[in-house]
Amino acid sequence: MDDLIADFVAECRDMLEALGGEIVAWEAEPDDRARLDNIFRFVHTVKGNCGFFDFPRLEALSHAAEDALADVRAGRRQADAALVSAVLAIIDRIGEMVAAIEASEEFPAGDDSALIDALAPGADNHAAPIAATVADGQGKAAAAPRTIRLSVELLDRVMSTVSDMVLARNELARRLRESQTDVSVDGAFERLSAIIAEMRDAITRTRMQRIENLFVALPRMVRDLSAELGKQVLVDIEGGDVELDREMIEMIRDPLTHIIRNAVDHGIELPVERLKSGKREIGLLCISARQSGNQILIDIQDDGRGIDGSRLVEKAIANGVVEKAAAAQLSRREQLALIFEAGLSTATQVTAISGRGVGMDVVRSNIERIGGVVEVDSTLGQGTRMTLRVPLTLTIIPALTVSIGSQHFAIPRSAIEEIVRANGESVTLEHVGGAGIATIRGRRVPEVSLADILGLDSQVPETDRRLIVLRPAGGDVYALSVDRIHDHEELVVKPAAPAIMATGLYAGTTLADDGSPILLFDPAGLAEVGGIRLEAQERAARIAEKSNATVGPKAVPVMLFRSLDGSRRALRLAVVDRIEEVPVSAIKSAAGQLRVQVGEAILPLAGAQGSDLGTDKVRVFRLSDGAHEIGYAFREVIDFATIDNDVIHADSPGEVSGVSLINGEPAELVDAHWLFANHVSAAAGGVEPLICRLPTSDPWMQNMLRPIVEAAGYRVIGEGDETHADLVIAAQGAQVDDAAHAIVLRDEPEPAGKKDASIYRYDRAGLLTALKSVSAGRGK
Amino acid sequence: MNELLLVVTIAGERVALPAASVESVVELDTLIPVPRAAPHVAGLSALRSRVLTVIDCRRSLELGVTECANGIREGAVVELDGHHYALIVDLVEDVIEALSEPSPVRAAMGPGWERASLGMVETETGPLLVVDVAALIAGVEAKAA
Repeated sequence: MDDLIADFVAECRDMLEALGGEIVAWEAEPDDRARLDNIFRFVHTVKGNCGFFDFPRLEALSHAAEDALADVRAGRRQADAALVSAVLAIIDRIGEMVAAIEASEEFPAGDDSALIDALAPGADNHAAPIAATVADGQGKAAAAPRTIRLSVELLDRVMSTVSDMVLARNELARRLRESQTDVSVDGAFERLSAIIAEMRDAITRTRMQRIENLFVALPRMVRDLSAELGKQVLVDIEGGDVELDREMIEMIRDPLTHIIRNAVDHGIELPVERLKSGKREIGLLCISARQSGNQILIDIQDDGRGIDGSRLVEKAIANGVVEKAAAAQLSRREQLALIFEAGLSTATQVTAISGRGVGMDVVRSNIERIGGVVEVDSTLGQGTRMTLRVPLTLTIIPALTVSIGSQHFAIPRSAIEEIVRANGESVTLEHVGGAGIATIRGRRVPEVSLADILGLDSQVPETDRRLIVLRPAGGDVYALSVDRIHDHEELVVKPAAPAIMATGLYAGTTLADDGSPILLFDPAGLAEVGGIRLEAQERAARIAEKSNATVGPKAVPVMLFRSLDGSRRALRLAVVDRIEEVPVSAIKSAAGQLRVQVGEAILPLAGAQGSDLGTDKVRVFRLSDGAHEIGYAFREVIDFATIDNDVIHADSPGEVSGVSLINGEPAELVDAHWLFANHVSAAAGGVEPLICRLPTSDPWMQNMLRPIVEAAGYRVIGEGDETHADLVIAAQGAQVDDAAHAIVLRDEPEPAGKKDASIYRYDRAGLLTALKSVSAGRGK
Repeated sequence: MNELLLVVTIAGERVALPAASVESVVELDTLIPVPRAAPHVAGLSALRSRVLTVIDCRRSLELGVTECANGIREGAVVELDGHHYALIVDLVEDVIEALSEPSPVRAAMGPGWERASLGMVETETGPLLVVDVAALIAGVEAKAA
């Protein structure tokens, strides 16, 4: 009997959980037969089981609900808000009773007749408050247990056993390598390995749960909340099938609930206000989840009143969170981010739902604790979007293993921006007052040595180390120099003992594949212990950025190189598409200028005039202005740099537009515009060439004139072609329809009279001018 | 039944650990040091798929340093707040039965012992100091903080 009751309770709980969303959806769409059927099936099941078990009160409740719903199903009655509320109240009560049965408690005696009466058509909805008061004591019991048919401890035990198995396999693999074994043993072992790997995958997946489990309760919550606040909110949920670590789902439950409460309470306005500001009276709340790499993104977006950034700033100043001077410097994004500071809330009224000024800071710290990030974006009057980014699982972290001396450490990969060699081409290491500064492609980044932070001896000279550029969550970048970089690994991370966490350096411990423990670093902690001031750096970097924006041309990133004639030159980085190496034989002088063949393309080549190309290979920048490409030959790349000094401009336009001090030495700035103007001007290949119509029957036109016209960038068509021509060239005496777009050629050098607008057929300059004026005319 | 005690030697002194808190006794060979951690944290070691934080009891009691570099060390594995620790001791002797309730030691002990003492118990082999495992793990730092 007990088993049967347990089954009954479990079944009820499953159905209750699924129903939360159904009922609200049903209310929104009372004609939705499928939902109605689901709800009906639930009360029907409960009723049936109650008769079997002797739970008279449950039976009475479910029976009443069943009757009412049956009427709706039969079309004898319309589902209205009062009915939905009454059915909800009954389902709540059933849930409480089921919870009590499960806990083997006596359900507090009470009268259910009020609930049942509320079902009657036309009954006013006085039953709901009674239900609410009863629910207080029992609400927790009903909500707390989630349906997990398998005990979680068991799952964890299986997981750790599998980890042990992997280690045992590794041990066995080592032994097998040491001793001579025959192939059949190796084969069997390989198979075992594969099975174990598969099992590890599978067991990892058992920890994953659909986020639906978290979302399913939301519509009901929003419904209750909005009813309480007198608002109308439509919930739209997407991406319920995204999977997330079971523990992670529990960890984001509270923050998510809090954000949604905020959105309904503060974000979405009352229907009257909404109508006044020209919105639909029903507020829209979109909750969506999606996977992006090894992160899950959960968006909570409302179309409410938005967050007033300037009011946040005022409050922040009043509360002493930011200094007045600093506040003026805040970007909009940073203003909004102030809502995550403790003790700030723009809510003018404190309500029971939210707005006590505790909350968003807790939300942020909860999310950050699991390695996630909260972002906020808001437009005043149009709504707010909160984005939670959380890692896929709590325990398995992709990491990079590095070493100092003989000891290995792991760094979470999510924080790594890039890895460079300390003695690489575009990297310089300098010391300023003992502090390390790395310049990576012109960007100054504070540098610390891992060996120094840890107080370990490093055998590797500074210049041979690797620099790992790290960006801790919410902070700015810094470079960490390590002796050696080993491997990317997926590590099962466990929290470390308090004595180890107290150092502030580590995020946890893990076991490498060979079974030895590895410490996982906390990038933010490393920076802190290493004495890097992330906050200050961040702000300073932004101020630098700002001044860049106002000054404009200053601090332009350039590619510093040595040209073929040996001069030190710089090209704006943005125009360099890529660097190619071509054999000298690919460079030919053809059609009046040097051209280089790069792959399938033949590009005009600059930078090589009058220089010795050598006999071997030539390096060529491939420059692009978006539509055309040209090549620029050079000898070697010196560095990436920025122009932060004044540019002394050249007197006359040419290949070099000016000179500036770059990295302490003068360098000539190559004028990319001039290059393109001189090397592509005649080349066809614009998006849409102009069209010129030439008489096909005139051999002189076809053989002598056509090349000139084509060189000027026109596509030549014949008389028979119906395409609209931008220009028509005709011999004198021929019929011309559109004189404005025509060039008439005459045979005589002298014009026939004052009104003769024709051009002498060998007046090359005159012809070119005419051709250009048409193309320039289209340009406008 | 009286409490069972694990008799170990730390810094030449025979003391007792409450046997109930000790999960097992292991031999530790390789230790992975934890840079920047408190000095009494000798390092990390792996026991099956668990990571053990290894505590040098001598350091923790301010009685010098155990030479961990070479050779195999004996350690008592204990669990505290969900974390597993191995306490390095000189020698693990035996499990014996306490014959009395712990009583305060009135004579002056070293400051390290003083901090970790749970009192003195009578046993068949004479009086023994019972050492608090949590105090060993906390080490000197906790006291200062």
